[in-house]
Amino acid sequence: MEYSAEMFKPINKDIDSAEAIVRPSVTYWQDAWRRLKKNRMAMVGLWTIVAILVIAIFGPMVSPYSYSDQNLEEQNQYCSSKHWLGTDDLGRDLLTRIMYGARISLTVGFLASLLNLTVGVIYGGISGFYGGKIDNIMMRIVEVLNAIPMLLYVILLMVILEPGLQNILIALGLVYWLGMARIVRGQVLSLKEQDYVLAARSIGASNWQIITKHLIPNAMGPIIVTATLNIPSAIFTEAFLSFIGLGVNAPMASWGVLASDALQSFRSYPWQLFFPAIAISITMFAFNFLGDGLRDALDPKQRK
Amino acid sequence: MGSYVLRRFISVILVIFVVATATFFLMHAIPGGPFKREKALPPAIQRNIEERYKLNDPLWKQYVDYIGNLLRGDLGPSYKYLGRSVNDIIREGFPISAHLGLVSVVFALLVGVPCGIISALKQNQWQDNFIMAFAIIGVSVPSFVMATLLMYVFAVKLQWLPAAMWGTPKHVILPMLALAGFPTAFFARLMRSSTLDVLSQDYIRTARSKGLSWGAVVYKHVIKNAILPVVTYLGPLIAGIITGSFVVENIFAIPGLGRYYVTSIYNRDYTTIMGVTIFYSALLVMLNFLVDIAYCWIDPRIKLTDAKE
Repeated sequence: MEYSAEMFKPINKDIDSAEAIVRPSVTYWQDAWRRLKKNRMAMVGLWTIVAILVIAIFGPMVSPYSYSDQNLEEQNQYCSSKHWLGTDDLGRDLLTRIMYGARISLTVGFLASLLNLTVGVIYGGISGFYGGKIDNIMMRIVEVLNAIPMLLYVILLMVILEPGLQNILIALGLVYWLGMARIVRGQVLSLKEQDYVLAARSIGASNWQIITKHLIPNAMGPIIVTATLNIPSAIFTEAFLSFIGLGVNAPMASWGVLASDALQSFRSYPWQLFFPAIAISITMFAFNFLGDGLRDALDPKQRK
Repeated sequence: MGSYVLRRFISVILVIFVVATATFFLMHAIPGGPFKREKALPPAIQRNIEERYKLNDPLWKQYVDYIGNLLRGDLGPSYKYLGRSVNDIIREGFPISAHLGLVSVVFALLVGVPCGIISALKQNQWQDNFIMAFAIIGVSVPSFVMATLLMYVFAVKLQWLPAAMWGTPKHVILPMLALAGFPTAFFARLMRSSTLDVLSQDYIRTARSKGLSWGAVVYKHVIKNAILPVVTYLGPLIAGIITGSFVVENIFAIPGLGRYYVTSIYNRDYTTIMGVTIFYSALLVMLNFLVDIAYCWIDPRIKLTDAKE
């Protein structure tokens, strides 16, 4: 094909329009969401979590049974149209108990993570922001606590406080904020040296404004990732505690309690163990996938 | 190096002391004390018991006595097993737990590390996807689920391996797999990301461009540098193996310390809980100390960053 001069026309050399911003700028969160949507496993995790939440909230309302209804004529039944996942040794509907268990396990996961987040952000934020001697002392304390096997002390606290949902939260909350505090401190320590903080300070911003407007929003990515990954470890710890007899009180049952109860008669009625075990595992999968995806999406620098 | 070791050692002693103190006061914060039952004991018996366990002494004296005994390595008597001391229980149970734990750590290292390297070298190929799929299962499935599943498949259904008890090498396999599941998967993931990190370094390109074969590069440069994060994870790994043993030893009815510990929790055997907690804490703190020293020896750069902090 021949090219001739007529086929071309000069474009408008208007400096103003060349500099104009055509598309609205993409915020950090929109960008992160776009990246997260591309990650198939993370989205599977996210939708699984949404599905589990919906089941946990509405499932027990729809179910014709209650988690504590005993029916001794229908003990240890296998899956049927009446009891979809069978019954336990007291004839209680297993599906209903698992859905109630989801409420307890997820409550523990979310609240414990929120508690760790609050304590960790405040502690790490103060330590990183003030630096110097305060930072030194606060981080020495974290170091000493970190050298101690925390799960042993969660167990000890549970022995002292007596089992129960509230006490599990207290024990988990008191103990697992260390990782969050370290991450926040590291973030704040590097962020406060940034030029925009200096700029904000030079126009007279107060400490509080700098912390809330600059430091916390910029440290949000790693904080969210850590909080997300804290949820499955809290659920895991609760299941572990329940399994060794330090969980919630009967007839309430978390997944760990259900699995632990089923262990006694596991050889005869293995499904009583498998269903809660599958529920725990799927939830852990979902949160781990989402956490990994969020890490990639919120912290593009770290991505390989 | 010498002063670093000394400084770390002093902090280890300090941490163990803090742990012992905290444990003592936590246990004594229990309302009513360990012999409070629903059915009240005759006052004479109550008095005798309190005298035997010195519960009538003021708290500070009990504390001084306890720390004094600790320094002599005496963790005191068990509240529930009459005539047995906590030391006896540890002496009986710990070798078995240590055996199982050690085998699991070795398994996790020998399987997890090579899997991670293969995964990184074959990034995004089927080998990588295959290994990483297993790894995500490994980190997501709790150890008690893993243990019961393994028992159901290999002991109950296939009957290849014994389901419980302890003694022959065959008894070790299933509990070992259950305990090693998480660390193996974790090592594979850790090793993959650190290998990918090392592969993008300039010195790898230099090694290649000076004519070193790919195999030699991987062996001499990649693995040696990529393995460092694995060494730092050894401390938390041992902690995980210990807590995992509480569950796994119970499921497989292994007479190790983990099982005694859980039994003492069920029985509210306070001195045993206290003694075993202090024993495990001290053990972990010491092991962490050794890992740190080893790390310092393997990677001399660490001392510089330590000095900077």
